[in-house]
Amino acid sequence: MAGYHVVIVGGGATGAALAHDLALRGLRVTLVERGEITSGTTGRHHGLLHSGARYAVKDQESARECIEENMILRRIAPGSFELNDGLFVAITDEDLEYKDAFLEGCAACGIPTRVLTREEALRLEPNLNPDLKMAVQVPDGTMDAMRLPLRFLATAKANGAVIKPFTEVLSFLMEGKTVVGVHVRDHTTGKEYDIGADIVVNAAGPWSEKVARMAGVDVPIQPSPGVLVAVVGRVCNMVINRLHRAGDGDIIVPQRELSVIGTSSWVVDDPDKLDVPEEHVRLMFEKGAEMVPAVARAPMRAAWSAARPLVGSRGAATGRELSRTFKCFDHADEGVEGFVTITGGKATTARGMAETAGNVVCQKLGIDAPCRTREVVLLPHTAYYTA
Amino acid sequence: MSETTVHFRVFRYKQGDERPHYDTFAVPVEERTTVLEALQAIRRDQDPSLTLRHSCHHASCGTCGMRVNGREVLACVTRVLDLGTPVITVEPMRNAPVVSDLVVDMGDFYATFAQAQLPLVRRSEFLPDAQVAEGVPFHMRFESCIECGLCLSACPVAASDPAYVGPATLAAVWRVVEEPRGVDAEAVLAWVDSEDGCWRCHVAMECSEVCPSNVNPGHAIMELRRTLIRRQVGVLQGGV
Repeated sequence: MAGYHVVIVGGGATGAALAHDLALRGLRVTLVERGEITSGTTGRHHGLLHSGARYAVKDQESARECIEENMILRRIAPGSFELNDGLFVAITDEDLEYKDAFLEGCAACGIPTRVLTREEALRLEPNLNPDLKMAVQVPDGTMDAMRLPLRFLATAKANGAVIKPFTEVLSFLMEGKTVVGVHVRDHTTGKEYDIGADIVVNAAGPWSEKVARMAGVDVPIQPSPGVLVAVVGRVCNMVINRLHRAGDGDIIVPQRELSVIGTSSWVVDDPDKLDVPEEHVRLMFEKGAEMVPAVARAPMRAAWSAARPLVGSRGAATGRELSRTFKCFDHADEGVEGFVTITGGKATTARGMAETAGNVVCQKLGIDAPCRTREVVLLPHTAYYTA
Repeated sequence: MSETTVHFRVFRYKQGDERPHYDTFAVPVEERTTVLEALQAIRRDQDPSLTLRHSCHHASCGTCGMRVNGREVLACVTRVLDLGTPVITVEPMRNAPVVSDLVVDMGDFYATFAQAQLPLVRRSEFLPDAQVAEGVPFHMRFESCIECGLCLSACPVAASDPAYVGPATLAAVWRVVEEPRGVDAEAVLAWVDSEDGCWRCHVAMECSEVCPSNVNPGHAIMELRRTLIRRQVGVLQGGV
C-alpha cells in the first residue's frame, strides 16, 4: 500500500486536510500549491467556525455537516479556536418571524440552541443594538483561517507527506485517458519537472474548474466572491449573526484584536480577478451596524474579497441560491481514470471533505484503510515550519 | 475612481541565481489598492514567476511581511498611494534566508519562537463588563502576535548576531510569564535570562516601531529584565 502515490493540487484547507487524511492511511502524498499555502480562498475566509445554524433552514445538509465537523475540530485541534459561542439576534419584527423556523431547523440538524431575552443578550454583548427583540445562542466560534490548515499540514508532514508551495501545475501527464501525474514549475528555482502519481486529486477550490480542464474534464464550479471588512477592536466577544435568511453583511466574527464583518456574494468567471467594490464595503458597515452600532464608528483595518467554490450550474445569479455543501467527483464517470476532484464546502467542513475524498481514492486503489482523522489530535501550527 | 500608474521596483532572486536583481513593473492603482494587491496584479498580468507570501489579507495571519521603501510592513494593509513615492521598492524581510523573490524561509524564526511555547489563545480583555455566556469558561481571543517576523527583520542586533533570541520570541516569553496557561513560565524565563536572551537587546525599539499588531516587543523585553532584576534584588536581600 505504501507504494501508492497521490498528488494533491491545491494547498488550501481541503488539500491540507486531505494530505493529512491520506498520510494517516499510509499513502505517499505530495501536495503542490501554486503560491504560498492558504493564499487562495482559505486564508481569506471569515474565520467562522460554523455551528451550522446559518444553514439550518434552507440548506440542512450543509448545516448537519457543519455541526458534526465543529465538534470534531474542537477535539482534534484544541487551542486553535476562540470558543465564545455565537448569537443570532432578531432586530426587527420580520427577523422575529424567522425564529420558529430557525429553532426547528437547528433542532432537526442537531444544533444546540439557547433562547435569550433581549436583556439577557445585552448582558452578554453590551454593544448589541438595544432595539433587539431576542437572541439565540449557538456553538459558533472563531478559527485562525491559516493556522488550522497549517496544523493539518504539519501533521501530514510528520507522517511523510511532501508539501511543495510555489509549485504550479502546468499540465497533466496522460496515458490515453488516464492521468498518471502532473508537470509542474517550481517558481523558487524556475525549473520544470514531472511528478508521477497513481491518482491526482484536484483540491483547487474556485480554481478547480481551471485545473480540471487540463485533464479534459469539466467541473461545475461557480467562483462566488464575497467582500469582508475588518475593523479595529473587538466590538463583541461572541460571533454575532442576524436572525434571518442568510444575506449580506449579517455576520460579525471577532478575531484577535479585530472584528470581521461579512459578506456579500456575487459570481465571477476568473477567481484571480476579484475586486473589492466600494459599495460592498459600505454595505458591510451599514449591515454590521444594524446588529452592533459601534461598527459604524470603528476604524477600518482592511477590506478584501475571497472567492467561494460553489458547486452548481454556472450562471447562478449571486451564489446565495447555491448550497454550501461539497461534492467529490470521480472523473472515471466521464471516462478519465486516475483523477478525482473534491470541491465546494467550507473551511469548517474541510476534514469531512477530506474523509470523503480519501474514501474515494482508497476505493479506486483497492486499499482497505479506514479514515482516522476524527480521532488524531493535530500537531501545533509551528511544527509546519520547524519539521 | 481615478487610476494612477505607479512603478514597483521588485527584488528578484531564484535558487541557483548568482546574485539578486531588481525588476520594475508599472501597475495601475486606485486610492484603496494595497501593495499586496499590486503585487498580485503583477503576478497575474505581467510575471507569473513572481513569488510572495500572503494569506488573510487583513493583518491577522502575518505572512505578507516585507520591506517597502526600506521599511518593514504587512503588504496587505499598506496602501500604495499612501507611500507617496512614484517608484516603490519592494524587498524581502532581513535576518531570514531568502527562498525566492519576496519569500523568506521562516524555519529559523519558528524554531526559536516555538521554544516560548506561547499558547495561541488567551483571555480577552475586551468588553470586561460583559457577562460570559452559559457553557463558556471565559472570554477568549487569539494572541496579538501574528508571527510575521517584521520585528526580527527590523532589529539591528539580530542583523549582527544570529544567536540572539530576538524580539518576537522574547515578547512571546513575556506573554507566557504574564499568563502561563499551564506552560512552565519559570523554565522559559530562565531560558531568556542569558547573554543571547533579553540582555542582548540594545533598546533600539525598532521592533515596537514596525509591529503591526500591538505586541510592543521592546516593552516586553524591558518587562522581562525588570522581572529578572527584581528577583535578583530579592535574592540579595535574603528574600525568595
